[in-house]
Amino acid sequence: MSFLLSCPHCGPRPVDEYAYFGEVTKRPPRGSPSLRDLTEYVYFRDNVAGEQSEWWQHRMGCGEWFLARRDTRTNAVLEVTLPDPRTPESGQAGVPGVADGQHMPSTAPPGAS
Amino acid sequence: MRLESRDGERLDRTKAVSFTFAGWKITGFEGDTIASAAFAAGKRVFSRSFKYHRPRGLLCCSGHCPNCQMTVDGVPNVRVCTEPIRAGTVVEGQNVRWSLDFDFMSVTDKLGGPFTPVGFYYRTFIRPRAAWPLYEKFLRSAAGLGKLDPHAGHTRRYDTEHRRARVLVVGGGEAGRTAALEAAKAGSGVVLVDEDARHAALSLDGVEVLAPARALGTWEGGLVPVDAGTTLYRFRAERIVVATGATEQPLVFPGNDLVGVMLPDGVRRLIRDFSIKPGERAVVLGSDDETMAIAEELETVGIEVAKAIDLRDTRPRELAAQGGKGRVRRLVLDGESFDCDLLVASGGRQPAYSLLAQAGARVEYDDGLGVFVPTELPAGVEAVGSVTGEGLSKIASEPAYSGKGKCFVCICEDVTTKDMKRAIGEGFDSIELAKRYTTTTMGPCQGKLCHLSSIRVYAQENRMYESAIGTTTARPPWSPVELGLLAGRERTPTRRASIHWRHEEAGATIQWAGPWKRPYAYGEHSEDEVRAVHESLGVIDVSTLGKLLVEGPGAVALLERLYPNRFGDMKPGRIRYGVLTSDAGRIMDDGTIARLADDLFYVTTTSTGADSVTAWFEWWNAVWGYEAEIVNVTGALAAVNLAGPHSRDALQRLTEADLSAEAFRYLDAHEIDVAGVATLALRIGFVGELGYELHFPSPAGEHLWDALVAEGARPFGLEPQRVLRLEKGHVIVGQDTDSESNLYSSGMSWLPKMDKDDFVGKFALEHFAHREEKEKLVGFTMEEDVLPAEGAQIVIEGLPAGRVTSARRSEAVGQVIGLAWVPTNRSEPGTRVEIQVDRLRRGARITHGAFFDPSGERMRS
Repeated sequence: MSFLLSCPHCGPRPVDEYAYFGEVTKRPPRGSPSLRDLTEYVYFRDNVAGEQSEWWQHRMGCGEWFLARRDTRTNAVLEVTLPDPRTPESGQAGVPGVADGQHMPSTAPPGAS
Repeated sequence: MRLESRDGERLDRTKAVSFTFAGWKITGFEGDTIASAAFAAGKRVFSRSFKYHRPRGLLCCSGHCPNCQMTVDGVPNVRVCTEPIRAGTVVEGQNVRWSLDFDFMSVTDKLGGPFTPVGFYYRTFIRPRAAWPLYEKFLRSAAGLGKLDPHAGHTRRYDTEHRRARVLVVGGGEAGRTAALEAAKAGSGVVLVDEDARHAALSLDGVEVLAPARALGTWEGGLVPVDAGTTLYRFRAERIVVATGATEQPLVFPGNDLVGVMLPDGVRRLIRDFSIKPGERAVVLGSDDETMAIAEELETVGIEVAKAIDLRDTRPRELAAQGGKGRVRRLVLDGESFDCDLLVASGGRQPAYSLLAQAGARVEYDDGLGVFVPTELPAGVEAVGSVTGEGLSKIASEPAYSGKGKCFVCICEDVTTKDMKRAIGEGFDSIELAKRYTTTTMGPCQGKLCHLSSIRVYAQENRMYESAIGTTTARPPWSPVELGLLAGRERTPTRRASIHWRHEEAGATIQWAGPWKRPYAYGEHSEDEVRAVHESLGVIDVSTLGKLLVEGPGAVALLERLYPNRFGDMKPGRIRYGVLTSDAGRIMDDGTIARLADDLFYVTTTSTGADSVTAWFEWWNAVWGYEAEIVNVTGALAAVNLAGPHSRDALQRLTEADLSAEAFRYLDAHEIDVAGVATLALRIGFVGELGYELHFPSPAGEHLWDALVAEGARPFGLEPQRVLRLEKGHVIVGQDTDSESNLYSSGMSWLPKMDKDDFVGKFALEHFAHREEKEKLVGFTMEEDVLPAEGAQIVIEGLPAGRVTSARRSEAVGQVIGLAWVPTNRSEPGTRVEIQVDRLRRGARITHGAFFDPSGERMRS
């Protein structure tokens, strides 16, 4: 892996400056979830061959956490966005297009939902 | 051997340079390579082959083939045909017993047949299993290349340089130079790299030329690492122009590896660059105009051309070179024999497409040319010149010619046509498998000289078209590279606390602790340091603790989300112990959380957890968008823990603040001045005695440390701290817990506040709360004075049932104490278990809670 990734603050930098934090997942289940729901949330990932939204942090740079939409087959980064700064009180997670308990639609524009 | 001075030669005949070659003193001229000087002095054998120990001489003279790999001043596998001579250099042969000219191991070539066919090792040396180490030792010394000096890493220094280029041109031939000049017209940032040292003198307007330098491969993002000797340039190029040309291929016929069989380009270099007469009587064998043209050049330097055979005109049934003592003596062509001591033979040219294929280009067999050519280049990558197949002649018509003797397809790995046939016969019916089985193309030339031949031989034997077989994957590195160059210089930063040099001055034993250097103990008797803390006063540098400020109206909500603890009910000036749990409910890290104001918290983490905890905090903050800011002040602040019954009195002498038990209670956090330094003092029971953890600006580290030592505090290191904390039964995250441990199994079921709304890991903990843990973390005391190793097994009814995670001899307790994971049904206090110590099982009793001062009176006093 040696592709270039654009930090929303710092611009294109080699990928080794970043920390990868996996694909954007479902938010934690609410209420009293079954062990199965819980296990699914903690351990299961979609692991798609194709476009995927994922978390990155510019660990060796400005330290910003951001979202990137990447094609896992080609490492082409299609879009990078900062997380939506809405507060948890709104009842929504701060991830664009992600409501609680839902998968993030990979085509969601920032701020949609 | 050396000709009269000629136009264009690279030599400076006024400067003689002497060096040692396989024990011989040889003198050449400035401008010579090791190989050219040795050749001019009459040396013909430069190496012994990988498997059969056949003598090998110069073949390509351009740094591609394995034939001139030697050990130069201790560096193995140097291609001496491109290595400039330096006075005093010591050059030695490798893979030989005795000498290059007489190698005992060449007996493997004579025995040949039954002992060394392809796959021989795999089949023969698998039984008996136990004998493998013996076989291995023998085989390792019999085959292989140079010997690696285990200390070599200390004698050469390598560096990595990160660079950018607008256009990176690989290859300094005509096409490459033209492309570079063209690109330079459009602006700066054009770099040309070439493996040939002669190009160092190349001057191109607006182009930076790096030579000798080898592009090792192409990676995504335009990354091209370039090997420039002791510097590795990691180029990021917006556009890559590959002009690597085409590589002359050896003709495949019996005896094609004899000393004296050379490629036309190699012969040209010897004549043109070094003014060397490479033989007396030559035979030329080729299938293109370029090769045939060399006959004339040979004659101009006085070499008799016995025969020039154009393989386009004739299709010989028999074609073989024969020799004596490994050197070519004659060429046999359909019963006719031509004496010679130089056989110039070429199979044609194959585009050197590897870099393009690595970048994602497709490689296709060109039926017209009989070679593989790159197509469908990816964006940002271009190919110019003969690497595209442009201007090439058709390759030799036969993949291999037959006759008497060994016929080599791959000279690096000593793979013959017979080996290839055998592999196919054994059912290796895919080129990728046959490659792995025979190891053809896997030697030091990286397939440059054998990739095409092996596929053509394979196609012929399988009666298939080359286009249907395709190529094997082209992998980096394209050229062999020194491991040291890939490793580069040590890049792990060492972190030292601002007080560090005081520890060194005090003679502390220094130890790695994650990225930090920390004092292990200050003398041989660390128990004295433990005693000082119990009886009077000790001080330890804990600057390595992770330190975070969490501030803002959302600070409480963020912390309550991240920790199972509750923080909203804390009063400013109070401290709470917190454990971080993961989504899966496992223990991640621990530390103290002090509330400094309504919306300001000071959080400490473990020393090694600082960076990951910071990232974890910031991630959750980003996900949920709390109105909180997180600042990592780990490096900005130093910290020391002052502990012992005298700590209040000692600290009082350095501050005007009221430290009385009523004014400064256990688990209070006060901002006070200590020895004139603004300090955050946390009264916590870090090591179980009355104590204060002082956090203050790093630059004041030595000043405050000196002040505390002057008040009688004895410095103590990590080892005494381990003993002190163990006496209190304190769990060390990462030492006593692992990625499976949770709060219930680790004896901290009191900690999570399950009535809180939500926090990371809550659902998992709810699940854990209602299930029986399989094992629990408990304390134990040994019945005898023996010290189990950390990791020692707990044995129950003769079976391993648990493990020791910490164990120390405690003077204060008067026993060997420790922490261990045991099955839940053996975790009650007083239960007797056995622990494996060395080869014996020793009795131990399970305990709960602290071993020393269980009620905690001392730290609360």
